[in-house]
Amino acid sequence: MASDSVLKPDHTATGRHPIFTDEHEELRASIRQFVEKELAPHAEEWEETTFPDSVFTRMGELGYLGLHYPEEYGGQGGDYATQIVLAEEMSRSHSGGLVMGVAVHTDMANPVLKLLGTEEQKQQYLVPALKGEKIACLGITEPGAGSDVAGIQTTAVKDGDEWVVNGSKLYITNGHRADYIVLVVKTDPDAGYGGFSLLLVDMDAPGVVREKRLEKLGMHASDTALLAFQDVRVPAENLLGEEGKGFYHIMWELQGERLIAAAGAVAAAERLVERTLEFARDRQAFGRSIGKFQGIRWKFAEMATKIEAGKQMTYNTAWRVMQGDYPVREISMAKLYTSRMACEVADECLQIHGGAGYMKEYGIERAWRDLRLNRIGAGTDETLLEVIGRSYGL
Amino acid sequence: MTAGTSTAASGGLDRTAQAGLDHAWGYLFTAEHEELRQTIRRWVDAEVRPHLMAWEDAGWTPASILRRAGELGFLGLAYPTEFGGQGGTAIHEAVLQQELARSGSAGFAAAIGAPMTIATPPILKFGTPEQQERWVPPVLRGERFAALAITEPGTGSDVAGIQTTATKVDGGFVVNGEKCFITGGLRAQQLVVAVKTTAGGGHGGISFLVVERPPIAEGREDDIAYLGGDRGDGITSSLLEKLGWHASDTALMAFQDVFVPEDHLLGELHGGFKLIMANFAWERLSMALGAVAGMDAVLERTEAFVQQREAFGRPIATFQGTRWAIAEMRTKAEACRALTFETLRKHVAGVPALQEVAMTKLLTQRAMVEIADGCLQLHGGAGYMKEYEVERALRDARLGPIGGGTDEIMKDVIGRLMGV
Repeated sequence: MASDSVLKPDHTATGRHPIFTDEHEELRASIRQFVEKELAPHAEEWEETTFPDSVFTRMGELGYLGLHYPEEYGGQGGDYATQIVLAEEMSRSHSGGLVMGVAVHTDMANPVLKLLGTEEQKQQYLVPALKGEKIACLGITEPGAGSDVAGIQTTAVKDGDEWVVNGSKLYITNGHRADYIVLVVKTDPDAGYGGFSLLLVDMDAPGVVREKRLEKLGMHASDTALLAFQDVRVPAENLLGEEGKGFYHIMWELQGERLIAAAGAVAAAERLVERTLEFARDRQAFGRSIGKFQGIRWKFAEMATKIEAGKQMTYNTAWRVMQGDYPVREISMAKLYTSRMACEVADECLQIHGGAGYMKEYGIERAWRDLRLNRIGAGTDETLLEVIGRSYGL
Repeated sequence: MTAGTSTAASGGLDRTAQAGLDHAWGYLFTAEHEELRQTIRRWVDAEVRPHLMAWEDAGWTPASILRRAGELGFLGLAYPTEFGGQGGTAIHEAVLQQELARSGSAGFAAAIGAPMTIATPPILKFGTPEQQERWVPPVLRGERFAALAITEPGTGSDVAGIQTTATKVDGGFVVNGEKCFITGGLRAQQLVVAVKTTAGGGHGGISFLVVERPPIAEGREDDIAYLGGDRGDGITSSLLEKLGWHASDTALMAFQDVFVPEDHLLGELHGGFKLIMANFAWERLSMALGAVAGMDAVLERTEAFVQQREAFGRPIATFQGTRWAIAEMRTKAEACRALTFETLRKHVAGVPALQEVAMTKLLTQRAMVEIADGCLQLHGGAGYMKEYEVERALRDARLGPIGGGTDEIMKDVIGRLMGV
């Protein structure tokens, strides 16, 4: 199945990166058809209303929520590259908020459940999640702790067979619609990094308060919540993974989240360049299409080069992951590079569009606003620079 | 829907795995390639590095080291065994390019690399069996020095503008004109020269001739004055002084009524443009491979430096500004590596990758300059001194965005392939 990307016209078997096979390209074609037919037409409308929960049930029906999940829980049993394909094709929705809302479910909250969940937890949460019947969110950030995960203040205190949770979580994507949350809590205030644990919490449990919907620069199709937990009682068996290992579990989770963010950023940048190329061919100025000016041609060359570099960083890192490697440094690099790259590309595409780029109608300003989050979410540029620098012994 | 089930078991992040891979590019480089890399690296450390500073100062890499590289089989890694090559692939040569660049002297790397990378491939690709037999093996053995002569005082990237003429005479051609920036030109015993064979020249009027020069007199192979003089064939040359690449000989060459026999025509008459285009991909990719290795080398040296250099009572490595500077440069280097290796993979697989090659060249050459500059900055005053070899890295790197097709040409190539 050929890809029609203008950036990489060659998608023959050898032109394709080794992580992809014909099967992946077939999957890509089906996802693309779904996204273009059922998601993209609603992108503008969903900016106003946020995207509906039915997106999850429909994607569950099609098997897209469980690509890289075991078949015994209703997943498709695919390899990690299938998640990359999903991340890439979701960009065709032209809605960063939608992409993020789905990715929180498929690539942030549920991978933790897949890796650490008990059989009961998987039956209770993962099975309906892969069908799209239950929606997940992930609770790390707090009013007082973002990149500094160790600063988390939400507590869980053991009381008989239950944990009692108190605290608040901020910037929680899907927080309003979610049925459960993978929640990072402090279970031992004196144990430092060893004092955190993960809990699976039902969002309709008494004491869970979904406070205001947060208004934001972009990602308008997603819901972003401030959540409060007031004496929420959580059954002891809802501990996810080992008690005291929560910090390490979440550091692991962040790696997958970052790599998928990188794949998404590359794809989003590609979409922008495709649309802008079309614009530059049509748009006339001084008697010719603006694409025929060398200055504009060079802008495209610069953008395509950066995109290609970001893409190959992502693919090679994904290959390593698929070999069982745990390349924290390269994942951090891919996330850092692609986030910035996507922001730069969005800005340049807006510039090439001129006045039209500033208008809502063309969708470029939306992408520009949406992509700005990539440099903050899932680990800020600055956090990643620390991770990378320290990995060289500095 | 069962995409990728064949490798399902290996999927996903396993938090217990710690860099468990033998090679981050295991689908490209094998253990055999890595052994070759170690062999070349040992040779560079033992027989090259100790003399590099002297060669840089002399502006000349001695002939003996070229012969030594030939003796060791390094000059024909990707050439067929029938011509004395090692019968390897472009990946073997890629390893060599990387290790030559790691030496820290692009001039040395060019002296060794140019004959095999740019001056001999046209003969291998377009030569008749007799031409191949005659001109390929001695170069691979390091016994004969070869150069490619395209650029002229009046034409660089715009190769169609070549003015050197070859006039048809009985039994051959007579060549007149000038060539400049010719790597290895002064010592070359065989030159692959682009000439104009029609009055108009241009795309359909350029041809290639192999110009054989008289043998170098014994004991004079490193005698610059002798080599530059007319050796009886109407060719004179002089060394050009330059910003970097000091260890390589870069010549300005004049051809005055130089007779070239008919059977020295390479490829088709008037079909030279094809020859020029045919090797661009590998030349550009070689430069990218060198840059990626050069970045690693200068970054490694810089990381060691910031850890031992103290300021304000502590190693400068412990300042966040230093850590971030290194992280930025390492990330840039990794982007270059990923792009370069993937383009190499395509090249080896025979996938047409004109656009990717141009992207790779553009990204890596510029990044090498930025990284060398960043490393020089972290060295402070020491970086400005010759001793630390960072100033050389920066000077050498500056040719990258010019040689092998300028950044501006690359951007035109990429943009046009995108349809604008």
